[in-house]
Amino acid sequence: MIWAILFVPALCGCLCPVIRPSWPRRALLLAAAALQAALVGSCWVRRPADTAAGWLGLDAAGLLFLSLTTALFLVTAVYAVGYFRQEAGAKRRDWEEGFLFTNRPEAMFTACLLWFLAAMSLVSVSRHLGLLWAAVEATTLASAPLIYFHRHHRSLEAAWKYLLICSVGIALAMLGNFFLAVAGSAASEDGLRLTLDSLLESAAGLDPTWFKAAFILCLVGYGTKMGLAPMHTWLPDAHSEAPSIVSALLSGALLNCAFLALLRLHAVSCAAALGDFSGSLLMLLGLLSMVLAALFLIHQSDFKRMLAYSSVENMGILALGVGSGGVAVFGSLFHAVNHSLVKAMLFLAAGNILAACHTKSSAEVRGLLRSHPVTAALWLAGLLAVIGMPPFGAFFSELVVLRGIVGAGRYALAAVYLAALGVTFVAMARIVLPMVFGKGQAGDEGGRVPIRTAVPEPLWAILPPLALCLAAVAVGLHLPAWLNAVLQSAAAQAGGQP
Amino acid sequence: MATLLDMLVVLLVLANFRLLGSSRLLACIRTVAAQAVLLGATAVCANWAHLEGELVLIVCSSVAIKAVLLPWLLRRAAREAAVTREVEPLIGFSLSLLAGAGLLAVCLLIAAPLRVPGAPSSGLMIPASLFTILTGLFLIVARKKAVTQVLGYLCMENGIHAFGMAFAVREPLLVGMAVLLDVLAAVLVMGIAIYHISREFDHIDTDRLTALKE
Amino acid sequence: MTFLSVLHLLLALAGAPLLAGIIHRVKARTAGRRGPPLLQLYFDLGKLLKKGAVYSRTTTWVFKAGPIVGLAAAVLSLSLVPLGPVPAVAAFPGDLILMVYLLGLMRFVTVLAALDTGSAFEGLGASREVQFSALAEPALLLGLGALAATARDMSLSGIFSGLSLPAAPPSAAPVLLLVSAATFIVLLAENARIPIDDPNTHLELTMVHEAMVLDHGGVDLAAIEYGSSLKLWIFAALLSGVALPVATGSSAADLLLHLAGVLAVAVAIGLVESGMARLRLLRVPQLLLAASVLSLLALALALR
Repeated sequence: MIWAILFVPALCGCLCPVIRPSWPRRALLLAAAALQAALVGSCWVRRPADTAAGWLGLDAAGLLFLSLTTALFLVTAVYAVGYFRQEAGAKRRDWEEGFLFTNRPEAMFTACLLWFLAAMSLVSVSRHLGLLWAAVEATTLASAPLIYFHRHHRSLEAAWKYLLICSVGIALAMLGNFFLAVAGSAASEDGLRLTLDSLLESAAGLDPTWFKAAFILCLVGYGTKMGLAPMHTWLPDAHSEAPSIVSALLSGALLNCAFLALLRLHAVSCAAALGDFSGSLLMLLGLLSMVLAALFLIHQSDFKRMLAYSSVENMGILALGVGSGGVAVFGSLFHAVNHSLVKAMLFLAAGNILAACHTKSSAEVRGLLRSHPVTAALWLAGLLAVIGMPPFGAFFSELVVLRGIVGAGRYALAAVYLAALGVTFVAMARIVLPMVFGKGQAGDEGGRVPIRTAVPEPLWAILPPLALCLAAVAVGLHLPAWLNAVLQSAAAQAGGQP
Repeated sequence: MATLLDMLVVLLVLANFRLLGSSRLLACIRTVAAQAVLLGATAVCANWAHLEGELVLIVCSSVAIKAVLLPWLLRRAAREAAVTREVEPLIGFSLSLLAGAGLLAVCLLIAAPLRVPGAPSSGLMIPASLFTILTGLFLIVARKKAVTQVLGYLCMENGIHAFGMAFAVREPLLVGMAVLLDVLAAVLVMGIAIYHISREFDHIDTDRLTALKE
Repeated sequence: MTFLSVLHLLLALAGAPLLAGIIHRVKARTAGRRGPPLLQLYFDLGKLLKKGAVYSRTTTWVFKAGPIVGLAAAVLSLSLVPLGPVPAVAAFPGDLILMVYLLGLMRFVTVLAALDTGSAFEGLGASREVQFSALAEPALLLGLGALAATARDMSLSGIFSGLSLPAAPPSAAPVLLLVSAATFIVLLAENARIPIDDPNTHLELTMVHEAMVLDHGGVDLAAIEYGSSLKLWIFAALLSGVALPVATGSSAADLLLHLAGVLAVAVAIGLVESGMARLRLLRVPQLLLAASVLSLLALALALR
């Protein structure tokens, strides 16, 4: 079963470059996504056993993130099919600077998408830290070509920064793995296998100095991939230049994979009675991310970069919750679910706005509610969700994290947390609300003439974000018991007691 | 054998200084290739007593990839971009050499309390490998040309590999394979990216990639 | 102070000009020419001793004293230098610092004499010489310090006999390697050899050492040339001791072996001069900085 989850997207990805006509390839993309979703769905019914000598296995946290990834991929695959039809064509004109550019061949793009899915699935199912590391590196290499879809200098610059920064971070994480192995060699005579089970078992015997150094290196390495400040600098560029599907997957799925890696390490740290050390480091980086993101959101002029900084902020919340321990861990994991759903929806809606208004500047988009009502509604709903309004789930998850922090007696931390959330609320609302409600501009050059009547929006562009929105609302209104159970057991594994 | 190991480690450190102080790209590429060869020789020396066939295989393939294939790729990328010298780095060459001396002192200080339990080999290996990692990071930060940044990444990976070998008495294979695959895949993708950058921009000065800003 | 030490001193005093002849011969032979006779510098010194000197009216007693004081410093410094395991005529703890600063004194009085003439070219050569020496001095001192730390002895003679096999500690090999590389670079810098300075150049603007001695003539020039050849012998003896750390049983064999080493160093200099061009003046500090780094590394290795 686990092998099937890994091989289906990988094999389909290998098939894509050889399929010449476009519609079978797009059909293959959809079929692979649907098959993957079905496989993961069956894992919910019956959890598969560990295979490959304990290297691969699906525990609660892995199942949670795997299902999130697969669900997001399915939705974006539907969006992607329509997107490809729109983007097909020889040369296109860039909206910001006016030059002509081409797109990367669609076949390679689809192949990289599927390999990206395979790599992210591997991250979720690996229980050996070395394999986990290799899978995270594979996601970097698979997603760098995805960012460079529109072939012009800005996206190339974004792809280069992404590639270099994340590769350096992952190399540091590999050094951290070596340090961990050294720490483990003090525990048992013939060396420790780096599987999670053996690490958790013999955690008490790990050498503390080496383990602390290992944790710091891995935190820097995986934190780079996750988007924690101050290593987040690749995030805004990559998200603003990549196509919306890719941004949705990067924010919604990839950041979670890096978070999963950090969760695993934190679990080992808690088992080794060093939970306070790792927790305080996570809280520090989490708080720094929230504050920096809030500051950069003020006066942000590009709405896709705004979404990227919002991702940095939410990753900060995740790290803060896990670091604080207790019930906040549950809050963090629940927030990961909410954030993925909502952020993917926001990016897909942003893609619609970009296609309709031909600009990435938030100052030039006005009156969306009149011209594109469904997209505008989704955009507004997404804003409310991501800043934490009820009835969306983010409200409850952020509340639980707050409860956990206050319950642990960290009042100053809670104050900064609330302040950062408040600043984010105001900053994002100031950007989004005029876009939705404002009056249209007088006729400028390009396509920014005010449109009085509603433009019909294509179904493929509306249904995926709508589905995600409904899911986010549903999860917020009533957390299903099966989801609750998985969240609880994942939180317990990551060192939090409810 | 211990003396030979000492000499190899000292040569590794000297190679780092050459990387820091040299402005000619081809010389830097050759130095990184020489580092890979030195690492292979160190691996063989350190495990001389119990040499296995698999270890020799991994060493040979890592030397083949890191000292032959990847430098060839980078030389091609540099030739395509018509770049031979790093003319104006962010941190000048004399200052880089001094900074390298400082980094070496820092590594010697850090490595003193980090005793690897049960490690054979020279006590110089850990500071030397940490120094190589820091040199790689320094090169990525302090240089402008994309090819030099990729060389810095390769140097960092060499350092991590050296560290892995310093302690991995039992699993030199795993270490070697991990580093090898990582380096191969990453540098291939980076090389392709550099090719695209040179075609798109007419230069490979990453310092001038400033279109995307705050 | 043994008989062999005195013999070494006498051989050095007599044979130092031979080294310059060897270097020129090697350069000529690699270029396909026959080259000047090996004893050419002796003939030049003899010719100069018979000539008179012209003293400019702007110079003072400093100009006349420079060459003689420099020669005296060089001879004193020579008496402190051992040849491999053969000890020097005078040895006491800390004599390595005295040796380096006697050579520094020689450079200092030469520079003073150059500045005393008030001429532009001498000033130019003097400033360049001082800048390069300032960068080469840490390389030399750190290298000697590394050797002292390895041999646990603060006297040059003690260091070199302590470092010769079989008495040398086994961890000394990398230190010796690094220090010999650094010493070779310092040798090239201090003795105005390519790649730092071209001794055959006729253009004053490209000179470093030659520019400083442009105005000397007669006996003064002979003293300066002879002092330079003594300085070359000193560095060659140091390098031979570091690069060939062997002590055979008998002292006479050691002396012969290391004399051969000194001649080999001269040949090596000749080969380096034939094979390389002179570095741009901006690059010379980088080369000397590299030499300092090598010495620093050797010191770090010796101290761990």
